Amino acid sequence: MNTLLNINHLLFLLEGTWWTVVLTAVAFIGGGVGGLAIALARIAPADWMRLISGLYVQLIQGTPLLVIMFLGYFGLPALGYNVTPLTAAGASLTIYVSAYLGEIWRGCLEAVPKAQWEAAECLALSKTQRMFKVIMPQAIRLATPPTVGFSVQIVKNTSLASVVGFVELARAGQLINNSIFEPFLIYVIVAVIYFCLCFPLSVFSQRLEKTMARYGARTADAA
Amino acid sequence: MSMISLNNVTKSFGAVQVLKGVTFALEKGEVGVLIGASGSGKSTALRCIDRLETIDGGQIEVAGHRVDDPKLDLRKLRLDVGIVFQSYNLFPHLTVGENIMLAPCSVKKVGKAQARELAADALNRVGLADKVDSYPEQLSGGQQQRAAIARSLAMEPKVMLFDEVTSALDPKLTGEVLRVIEKLAVSGMTMIMVTHEMNFARKVANKVVFMHQGLVHEQGGTNILSKPETPELQDFLSHDL
Amino acid sequence: MTFDFSAVLTSWQMLADGAALTAKLASITTITGFLIGTLFAIARRSGGRVLRGCASAYIETVRNTPFLVQIFVIYFGLSSLGFSFSAITVAVIALTFNVGAYTAEIMRAGFDSIQRGQWEAGECLGLSPVQLYWHVGLRPAMERVYPALTSQFILLMLASSVTSQISAEELTAAGNFIQSETYRPFETYIIVALIYLALSIVMRGAFWGLGMALFPRRRRLGTPL
Repeated sequence: MNTLLNINHLLFLLEGTWWTVVLTAVAFIGGGVGGLAIALARIAPADWMRLISGLYVQLIQGTPLLVIMFLGYFGLPALGYNVTPLTAAGASLTIYVSAYLGEIWRGCLEAVPKAQWEAAECLALSKTQRMFKVIMPQAIRLATPPTVGFSVQIVKNTSLASVVGFVELARAGQLINNSIFEPFLIYVIVAVIYFCLCFPLSVFSQRLEKTMARYGARTADAA
Repeated sequence: MSMISLNNVTKSFGAVQVLKGVTFALEKGEVGVLIGASGSGKSTALRCIDRLETIDGGQIEVAGHRVDDPKLDLRKLRLDVGIVFQSYNLFPHLTVGENIMLAPCSVKKVGKAQARELAADALNRVGLADKVDSYPEQLSGGQQQRAAIARSLAMEPKVMLFDEVTSALDPKLTGEVLRVIEKLAVSGMTMIMVTHEMNFARKVANKVVFMHQGLVHEQGGTNILSKPETPELQDFLSHDL
Repeated sequence: MTFDFSAVLTSWQMLADGAALTAKLASITTITGFLIGTLFAIARRSGGRVLRGCASAYIETVRNTPFLVQIFVIYFGLSSLGFSFSAITVAVIALTFNVGAYTAEIMRAGFDSIQRGQWEAGECLGLSPVQLYWHVGLRPAMERVYPALTSQFILLMLASSVTSQISAEELTAAGNFIQSETYRPFETYIIVALIYLALSIVMRGAFWGLGMALFPRRRRLGTPL
């Protein structure tokens, strides 16, 4: 042991943690916008919209995130775009998250009872009004537990951005290891920090699911 | 010594005391019928006999086993006691034949060929010889219940317990199951039935035990069904058509 | 902007070898992961307080930390203990460790979906706890959660790409090498992605066939359990 793990290293890890949170937010927002578009396309009346969005989801869900990361990091410059690791990682994660959130949200839109669509139509609401005033609010309630659950996946997946050089938590650990050579200790600490980020989200998601189960039972009785 | 005896058995579920000191006994070869309103504790008492529930106080003895003894070897008890449930509980992923062969092969270490014979024999006794390769979901309710009886019989128990086995069946299917149980009774099996089938009880029972609010309120032969002594039993029978 | 896929395709042998290792890793760890997962599911349901606590701790740790970090902890942990396993061995250990936790939760849900009466009937026939899980619990539980299990093990195959980071020479590693030689990252990774897609389709087919073999009742009657 030539150099001990000191407070500077821990501060560096915390800085990496901050960038993990930033990247998670970018992926969530970007993937959220994309996911909403995909979800709406998956239930659109137009066949071609459903087909294309369906193929997109199948393609992304059948590819490892790491490969998508490499495509973003190496591929984009090859196409002529100069990108920072953050942009490349952000773009890759956005594509990845949009496919998964799209599927989750599609399921929630479809879970809103058909009767609600019909009631809204019979009240002479336009298509947009129907979607945003009647269906969405209910779908959002259904979607909250699985979305929070998936956000745990996003946090964990940001660790792969380290492979393309983005300095988030996992990469910070690698860099510290390059100077003090205590990989086991460092990665255990890194794991603990991830656990502290993810575990509260997991617990929150489970609690939401329990509340939803009770709520779902009540609305089912009412209907 | 009685084949089955309960002595001052008490049992609570949380704050609710379901059995408040139940006492009755049954001799070998006798058919006992447990009747009473829902909540009287009759199903609980039956389940306690096979240690599906543990009792809080009192003693239960079945075929020489002290059921209330915490050190009791449950497998030995279950070799001597067979139980049939209201919801049949056949294993859906196995054929009827496999359902019956499972316990003899796994518990009694009977060989496959011999087990197949046992199964065929048991199915014959309940009138389902041709259903050996069918899955439970392909059978009617009455057939499933008869298969469940065959499954318990294949283990050659000394005592059979029936927990409201016809309550989930319509009258037509009820009949075919009761005929099988009657045959069993005639052949000398010691059994206790929890049932609402009063006519059947009158025909087949040696002993009738009427339970009310967790206690044995009245017991005797089938005569108590025609001449009930206590007002509660009179009331219970008058509602029973 | 021209695309030159032929430059990549001349290295088809390397891609094939990488894909073969990915398939091998997926097959081995599906089996080991299922075994570990089922054992921990049983521990979580029927074990004593200590066993249940250990099972929960294991499952929560895996579910709340990234796979990449798990691989590094296992890799460096094993070497600091003096073991010098090959990259493939460490990959198998890490993948099993990871998928075992998710499988445990899936199988626990499967066992929980079996009605209490089934367990009671088996118990009253004299079956021991082990026999109960094997004869009464296992196949119905598997059948109920089979779609979830299939998805989980396909995800496992995709996750094996991360083992490229400890130098396992699977498909992603092959892609990394090829693109560094041909300077054609776009084409390389597109082809790699398509191969993964093909592997998922093959796996789905294999699981369908396995399901037909494991669940004769479903094969004969076609109804859900």
